[in-house]
Amino acid sequence: MAEGSTTTLTSAWVIGWLRESAKVVSEHRQELIDLDRAIGDADHGENLDRGFSALMKKLDDGERPATPAAALKLAAMTLMSSVGGAAGPLYGTAFLRAAASLGDTEQVGPNEIAALLRAARDGVVARGKAESGDKTMVDAWTPAVEAADTAAGAGASAVEVLAAAANAAHAGAAATEPLIARKGRASYLGERSAGHLDPGAVSTRLILQAAVDAAGDHL
Amino acid sequence: MNVGLVIVSHSSKIAEGVCDLAQQMAPDVNLVAAGGVEDERGISRIGTSFEKVLEAISSADSGAGAVILTDLGSAVMTAEMALEFLDSGNRSRVRLARAALVEGSVAAAVEAQTGADADAVMLAAEAAVVALDPTVLEPFVSHAAAAPGEEPTTPTAKDASVEGEWELPNPMGLHARPAATLARMMSELDAEVTVNGVDAKSVMLLMSLGLGQGKLLAASAAGPDAQQAIDQIGDQVTGGFGELQ
Repeated sequence: MAEGSTTTLTSAWVIGWLRESAKVVSEHRQELIDLDRAIGDADHGENLDRGFSALMKKLDDGERPATPAAALKLAAMTLMSSVGGAAGPLYGTAFLRAAASLGDTEQVGPNEIAALLRAARDGVVARGKAESGDKTMVDAWTPAVEAADTAAGAGASAVEVLAAAANAAHAGAAATEPLIARKGRASYLGERSAGHLDPGAVSTRLILQAAVDAAGDHL
Repeated sequence: MNVGLVIVSHSSKIAEGVCDLAQQMAPDVNLVAAGGVEDERGISRIGTSFEKVLEAISSADSGAGAVILTDLGSAVMTAEMALEFLDSGNRSRVRLARAALVEGSVAAAVEAQTGADADAVMLAAEAAVVALDPTVLEPFVSHAAAAPGEEPTTPTAKDASVEGEWELPNPMGLHARPAATLARMMSELDAEVTVNGVDAKSVMLLMSLGLGQGKLLAASAAGPDAQQAIDQIGDQVTGGFGELQ
């Protein structure tokens, strides 16, 4: 294993992750809107961008969460209040459960990463009641959680665990294209939802990739 | 003190409109709209707001509890999220109904008006299903008055002691407002009352009869207040529910 295997991540990483997420969501805003227009209500990109912009404003205005969990909780509360669409309660719950899994630890290692991703995914499933294959963000989250578990179990570093998760989320999001939506607004379209990527799975992939990119900056 | 209602919709106009509609039939019920989400410029957009729902719950619940009604999927998620943030004392008085928003809200409001508890209000909302059958919806469609009348079937309340039959004189027939009036009056009496075979204390069942102008309304009542029930229904019907010029 690389020297990273003993390296842990801190609240600086979480804040970096949130900032990087805001950046990629903003960059991919139109793409997410277009994906959502095809099978939904065309608001995913705009809603998420508004939520993360509100979060950035809080951070820029001087909010300094002391622990990784506090940073995740700030993200959860801000997204819940400002997103407006389904992504608000879903990502809100994900970040909230991730925060709870960390407790007051200040050092986040590979096992904590795997655990927080699992807690986040479980939160999304509990909130949205979707299963794998329903063409939702769960289809990106679940492969990510499984890949993170495998990597952490094999002794990977924190950043390697995140990278494994992000790669699996990428594949999982891509695999939503042929699926017929069974949950969310797209389910009203039935078979016409096939042939399009699920916008929630794509935003999950972007946010998990942001976690990797932020970790690279903070090791 | 009545159970309050929280109306959660993606659209502020829908939430406010549903409150207006239900309030007509439930003047004493606190109906709180939690629709839309304000953007950074304070403009209401389509969406649901966690904070708005949380505030609406606390303003709807005056101690007797509250029932939340929602529209599409993410409104449900936002409401569930808000419930998780209530402390256990407040949480125990709040219910989330799985009901059609408009029909459920009207039924819930009428039930709340009678002073029912939160469980009963939730059940009223969940039982309110309106069939998409034009004959059932007759009082609400334009050709109602011209439609030929059907002979009503008139099963009666058990051990019925008092009965009455009247033709509906008012142009709108037994539409939502009079249905609510009758249901509310009957709920206050100690009597089992049926109108054309359905429970006269249920506004939704009364409305589902689809009785238009000229139709026969047959009531039967049993119990200590049976005579009073029939007298009150007779007064209302013959008076055209106050709608005759």
